[in-house]
Parts: sequence; structure tokens; C-alpha cells
Amino acid sequence: MKHARIALAVLLAPIALLGAWTAARDAGGTVRIDGSSTVYPFAEAVAEEFSKKNPGTKVTVGQSGTGGGFKRFGAGETDFSNASRPIKAGEIEACKAKSVEFVELPVAFDGLTIVVNPANDWAKQITVEQLKAIFLSSSAAKRWKDVDPSWPDEPIKVYSPGTDSGTFDYFREVVLGKDGTMRADMSVSEEDNVLVRGVAGERNAIGFFGFAYYTENAKKVRAVPVVNPKTGKAVTPTHDTIEDGSYAPFGRPLFVYASKAGLAKPSCMAFAQFMLDHAGELAEEVGYVKLPQVLYDRAKANLKALRTGTQMIGPDGKDLHGPIAETYR
Amino acid sequence: MAPPPAVPAPTGSHGHVRRPAQLVASAAPSSQGARRAMDRGFLAICLALTALAMVILAVLLFSVWRDGHERLSGEFLTSYASRKPGEAGVKAALWGSVWVCVTCALTALPIGVGTALWLEEFARPSKLTSFIKLNISNLAGVPSIVYGILGLTAFARLFGTVNADTPIAIGDPDGFLFLQLPFGNGVLAGGLTLMLVVLPIVIVSSQEALRAVPRSLRAGSLALGATQWQTTWSITLPAALPMVMTGAILAVSRAIGEAAPILVLGVPLFIRSVPQNLMSDFTVLPLQIYNWANRPGEAFHELAAAAIIVLLAVLLTFNAVAVVIRQRLRTT
Amino acid sequence: MSAATVISAARAAAAASRRGTPRSPAARDRRERVVRGALFASALLSVATTATIIGILASESVRFFGMPGVSLTEFLFGTTWAPLLGADKHFGIWPLLCGTFLVTAIAAAFALPVGLIAAIYLSEYARPRVRAVVKPALEVLAGIPTVVYGYFALTVITPFLHDHVSERFGTFNALGAGIAVGIMILPIVASLSEDALRAVPRSLRDAAFALGGTRFDVSVKVVVPAALSGIMASWLLAITRAIGETMIVALAAGGMAAMTLSPTAEVQTMTAYMVQVFLGDAPATGVEYRSSYAVATVLFVVTLGLTLVGNLILRRFREEYD
Repeated sequence: MKHARIALAVLLAPIALLGAWTAARDAGGTVRIDGSSTVYPFAEAVAEEFSKKNPGTKVTVGQSGTGGGFKRFGAGETDFSNASRPIKAGEIEACKAKSVEFVELPVAFDGLTIVVNPANDWAKQITVEQLKAIFLSSSAAKRWKDVDPSWPDEPIKVYSPGTDSGTFDYFREVVLGKDGTMRADMSVSEEDNVLVRGVAGERNAIGFFGFAYYTENAKKVRAVPVVNPKTGKAVTPTHDTIEDGSYAPFGRPLFVYASKAGLAKPSCMAFAQFMLDHAGELAEEVGYVKLPQVLYDRAKANLKALRTGTQMIGPDGKDLHGPIAETYR
Repeated sequence: MAPPPAVPAPTGSHGHVRRPAQLVASAAPSSQGARRAMDRGFLAICLALTALAMVILAVLLFSVWRDGHERLSGEFLTSYASRKPGEAGVKAALWGSVWVCVTCALTALPIGVGTALWLEEFARPSKLTSFIKLNISNLAGVPSIVYGILGLTAFARLFGTVNADTPIAIGDPDGFLFLQLPFGNGVLAGGLTLMLVVLPIVIVSSQEALRAVPRSLRAGSLALGATQWQTTWSITLPAALPMVMTGAILAVSRAIGEAAPILVLGVPLFIRSVPQNLMSDFTVLPLQIYNWANRPGEAFHELAAAAIIVLLAVLLTFNAVAVVIRQRLRTT
Repeated sequence: MSAATVISAARAAAAASRRGTPRSPAARDRRERVVRGALFASALLSVATTATIIGILASESVRFFGMPGVSLTEFLFGTTWAPLLGADKHFGIWPLLCGTFLVTAIAAAFALPVGLIAAIYLSEYARPRVRAVVKPALEVLAGIPTVVYGYFALTVITPFLHDHVSERFGTFNALGAGIAVGIMILPIVASLSEDALRAVPRSLRDAAFALGGTRFDVSVKVVVPAALSGIMASWLLAITRAIGETMIVALAAGGMAAMTLSPTAEVQTMTAYMVQVFLGDAPATGVEYRSSYAVATVLFVVTLGLTLVGNLILRRFREEYD
């Protein structure tokens, strides 16, 4: 029985130690964040810097996708929801059903980037129509030469985020229209890192994700200049072209939605304030584009006033598509 | 020449008797030289393929070491994961693994040893007993991701019996003793899910440990008037304890390397805290490796390799402890 | 309560616990029954686990097939799997089955022969010094977590295939994942086959040697057939592990379900699809989420079937020796 007692002591010792040690630390509250994988690098940066300054607060960030994040947000499971597109009417209804009120906070500009493999030297620019030919399920071009006869006769390998992704929703809406269906034979992943790896390793690949994932991997993938439908000129996504809006139609704002119930917790309110104070510099650091300061000021004011509801859907229920500097007050 | 003496023939369900003589005689080629050449050729194949397995292991370990050893340091073990590779570490993953594996071991041992005791000491051979034995061997073959699904429904959500919107909380959320129903995706749910994964291992190794205890010990105790349980508790279990401990170490080694069940439970991608109680969020080393390996930069692959080195070091320690226990067992 | 009462109560409790066994036979029997019941309950837990797994998978699958747009016939016979993309969903299971099959076939093609031959070598040929090196090495291989093999596939195997074999191997391909899974199951085949080979009694070998057989003749023509049931059981167990493998394929095989048998292709296995769904953390009511349970059901049925067949082989065809 001596052996048994020793064995038991060995097993219980770590627990006792852990218990004593953890009980001694002070409590700091929790902050739960989930949502878009596009916004994730930004949220991760904010969470990390915030945690360094507030070691007692436990911050967790998930990457369930914009849609997945909203589902959890509407169920009250998270305090903040990252979104690479504005909240949709159906998601607002779900929030209402569970009495979840939210404050809408824009945090950065993104330019959704179309990428190809570095060995791809033929796609020097691409138009929205050509993207439609590739991605629309009814056309679903099988080979590069089907899109442009001067391109090689090679099969196209498509990488795309999945339906939980705001990037997916946004791309589909811009390229295919609200009711367009994306082709079925794509390699799908919710994780943008997986898409980067896929495109980087496959000569005939094409994919799309947020600008930060491109800048972080600029040596592995090549960004294709997109022809701006308004000006007819091909524009490469860069920090400046996104900021001044010439990279179109794929320039978009990124949002963080804060739940009003969550903001009642001091830890969450502190986090939201920290985020808005440092959003500009952190957005730039991870590879996105900072918003004009006036927008951050408006967001801070809305946060302070706990102004709920979205400003991206007009009173008639239609989405508002103008530049966010004008839409968001 | 007299016919070769009859050898006790192996009987199989195929009925007819195979004599080694027939097999050897029917071997083509029939010349002695050719047969020896085949023997040598086969030996060469054996050596080559076995060496191949060794080479693969060496290449694996070498490439992991080459990629990761530069990132190993004290800071690596005491820093949290970070978006900056230079600052990243495995603190959250390491402590999460410790918490989850301890929970797993503490729950798997009593149930596993209890089941083994039942099967070996108390159960009478019956249809039920053989059904239970069949069940256990089937459970050993279930993919671990299915256990993750089971854990998600049974532990994280408690089958939906308690509404997740209105959880029942007992205790102080920031203290050590805190329980919340349903369990959500905290340490307890993770530990219980891993318990299910390793339970077959614990049961089988405990069964072997109990079988290794000589019957004479039990017989002697029973002859002196002890009941079955008294015998088991005072005589058989202590005698089997070293092998049971080895089995427990084997189980924990398996648990610490499992990622799929934890992934299904749903742990956050970013976490910068160490578990505080059984309901805390956590992540485990294999998942941290998976997250880093998924990112496209070389720096993150190096971090993944360094984390692999840490994980393998922990496993090696477990193995070494098991070997030491086995040595002690041999000398007693 | 005064200190004296507390101390005497504590002493009495300690004495009682030291005594351990209740004196009266009735109390002893009662305790015996209680303990028996507790141990039986532990044993029943394994049955409860299987029952719960079956229950959860069955009920969610039933709910899945009851949802609009989902049909059982399409699931069982359809060859398109496109559940995550908008309105036009297809739920034919065959692309996922095909992906699992392709990766498993590659793994088995590598691990089953190599493992068996290594086992024959260890059991029949090797000197004790060689065994002392190779057996622990195999044990180390067996203990390596599967995510490490996934990392290996990503950083060593796939680049090697891309650079030295063919450029058609992209980041995600079936061959790289298959090889990694093969390496993972190699120790299983080797150890279990070796156990089966060693269980064959010496008398058979001695007799064969006495009749002039070479080591090759003895090993391959006498011992292996005698141990065949154990070897086949080890193969089946290895294949079951390969089918259920998750982390390697999640890292290295890819996310596109397609009916293809090309090793350069990106495939998606059943387990990788389940990871994809659960990583998205969708709520419990969407059709995509439920489809994952239907896939899990197929996975469970396949692995259970193989395990049962393995058990059957072991019991029915095991050679019995005196």
C-alpha cells in the first residue's frame, strides 16, 4: 500500500501546486472574441497588446468566420464579433431574438486581394467579369484559356474561404451579385493561412483573402491587379491604393461588433477603448490600412454613448454602399 | 530412406494438414544454390526495409531538430503565443496540456482499473462479460475524432439537459474550485473526452497487470478467509500496481498527443492565459503545433518544430519513467 | 465543539479507518456487494460509451436526412460533395470516401509490406543486439503524436515530392499525406505482426530447419502462414487507424472533395471534412453542421466493421497449437 500512497501523492501533487498557485493570482475578468479570419490578425494584435498591459484579464480570440462569429454572438456566447462585412438583417434578427444589443465599430480598411502563384506570369491583370467567369457556378471556367485566350491551356485550381467567411460573402456579392452561386469544385478552407499555402504551392492556383494575409506572404503569392470598373485602369492593391479608394471594387471596411451586455463588464469596456485607441497603428502593423482619425473618433463617441444598431443598412432595409466616411456617423 | 517422422500438424479451418516437409519441398527453386540465393536476397530485402524504417525515423527527428532547436529557450517555455514569432512561446499550451492530462489520468485510472478488476477478479464468464470485452476492443478502434463528438455532446453540452444560456454556476469563477453546468469547452470537458480515448488502453494494460499476479497469492488470501474484495484490495492490486502505473503512463502519453478530440470541442485559437480551474479555457501542445504549422511563414514552422521538440521531450520523459518502473519490477 | 471532542473524534475516525474491515459478516457482505456494484458500473461504462456514440450519431444523422435538400439516396450514391457553398448543395458521400480510400491505400501500400518484412526480420533473422536497437526505435515511432507526422508531411515530404518528383504536387496532395499516414501505422503493423510471429512455437521452425529449409523457407513458408491470422488482424487494425486519422490529413491532404485516384490531387477525407466543419464552430442546427455527423456515422460504421472483422479473423482462423 506504500506504493499506492506514493503513486497517489505523485498524481495529486501537481493539482495541489496548481491550485495554490492559481488561487494566488488576482481576478481580472474575461473577454471573448470570435469571428472573421480576415480581422483575426488585427484582433490578435489588439488582444496581445491588451493582455500585456492587463495580465489579469483573460482574452480569447476564435476564428469561426464572420458568419460563425455572428451565430455565437447572437447566442450571447461572445463579447465581441469580428466581421469583414457589415452585419446582415438575418443576423440582426437573431440578436434581437436573444435580446443581444450591439455597438458597431469600424476598425480598418481592407483591400480584398486576388492572388495567384508567383510562377503565374500570364495573369497580368484581371477584370471583375473574368473573375465572374471563373467563380460563378454556371460558367466555372475549367482552364485558364477559357477566361482569356492568351492564357495557357492549364486547369485552374481555385482556393476559396467557406460560407462562414465574411470574405466569401463579400466577394460573392461583389463579383457574382447577391444571388450568384459560387462554383462547387473549389478547395475550401475557413483559414486564410491554408489558402495562402495552397496558392503558394500550386502553379495554376488562384485564390482571394484579406490584404494583410497578402502583405505577410508577399514573397509566396502574387497579387493580381484588378481593373477598376469605374476608371478602367488596373490597380494593384497597396496600402495607398486601398486608402484612397482607387483599388476598387474590393476596398472594404472591417468591423468589430461589441455586445452591450459584454460592455457592461469593465474588462470588455477597457478592451474596446484600448482597441479604438490603438486601432490605427495596429491595423497598419498587421498589414491593413488605418481609417481616417475622424472615423475612430466617431466610433469612440458611439462606444461611449453605447449607440446600438448598425448604420450600414438604410431605413428601407437596403445595404448602404457609399464610402464609410460618409455612411458611418 | 524412411519417410520423415510425422510432425504435429497445425490445424486450421482450412482442414487439410500442411506438413513443413511439403512446404519446403514444394518451394521453387529446388536447387540448393538457388534456395540459398533466395535466402540471401530476402535477407537483403529485410535489412533494406528495416533500415528504411530507421532512416525515416532519423530523418523525421533530424528535420524537426534542425527546424526548431534554435527557438528553444527558457523564454519559449514561459511566453505565450504571439503574432510576432520572436516573442512566441508555448506557455498556455504546455500548462493546458498538463491540466487536461492530469484530469484525464485522474478519471481514467479509477474507471479503467475498476473495469479491469471487474473483468479479471469478479466477473463470471457469461454473455454479458464477453460482450463487454468485445465492446472494449471495439472502442480501441474508434477514431479519436468520434470521441471528440461524443465529448462535445455529452460533456460540453451535457446532452442539452442544461440550457447553455442559463448555466448553473457553483463557486467563484476566478477561484480554483469552480464548476459550471454545462461544462462548456473547459479543462474538465477536455479531460473527460481524453479519458474516453485512453480508457481502452488503461483497461487492457490493467488486465494484463492483474493477470501477471500469480494465482497463488490470491488463493492464499482466500484460503485465510478474506473476501474477494479484501483479497483484491490488499493483495492483488498492490502486486499489480507497477504494471498498472506503466499502463497509466502509456495512457497519458497517448492523451498528451491527441489533438482531434480537443479540436472538435472547440478551443480558442488565441489564448494567453493558463487554466485557473476546471472550467477555464485552454489549448494543448498538439493544437498549438497544428496552428503554427498551418501558418505559411517559415518562422511559424520553426515555432511548430520547437513545440514538437518540447512535446517529444515530455513523451521521452514519460517513456523513461515507464522503463524505470519496469526495471524496478524485474528486480523485485 | 471543544478541542478535546474534536481530537477524540478524529482519533476514533483514524482508528476506524485503520481497522479497515468491518467486523460483522453482514457488514462485510454489504461492503462486498457495494464494491462489486461499483466495479460493474465501471465496466458498464464502456458499453454506455458505445451506446452513446451510436445514439448521438444516429439521432443527428436522422435529423440531417430530415432536412430539406438532403436525401438519403443522394448521400449514399451521389458523387458530388459540396455542402458549404451557398444554395446549391450536394451531399453525395463518395468523394469523401474516395479521398479516405486514396490516402489509406497509399498508406497501406507502404506500411503493410514494409511492416511485415520488418517484423519477419526482427522475429526470425535479427540478432539480439539489432533487436535492442530496432524495437525501441519502433516504439518511439509508435509514440509520436500524429500532428508531428502532419508537420513532417508538410515540411519534408511534400517539398521533396514537389522538387524531386514532379511539379504537379501542390501544397496539398494525397501522396504526401498518404506516406505520412503510412509511416504512422508502420509501427503498429511491425509490432503486432512480430508478436504474432513470435507466438508460433519453436517446434515448427525446428522441424522445418531439420528438413533442410533455409531461413527464408522457414520464415515465409512456415511461420508466416502459421501466424497469418495475427498478421491479418494487425493489418486490419493499421488500416482502421489510417482511416480514422485526422491531424495528418487536416494539415497535408487538403480541403477539396473530389472523385479522384490521382496521388498528386488534393483530396478531402471524411475526417478532414469533419475538422473543417467543427473548426468553423457552426451552431448545432445548420445543415452543414449536421452533415458532419452523417459523415461521422459513415466513419464509425466503417471502422467498427473493420474492427469486428479483425476480431473475427483472430478468433476463427487462429492456429491452435498444443
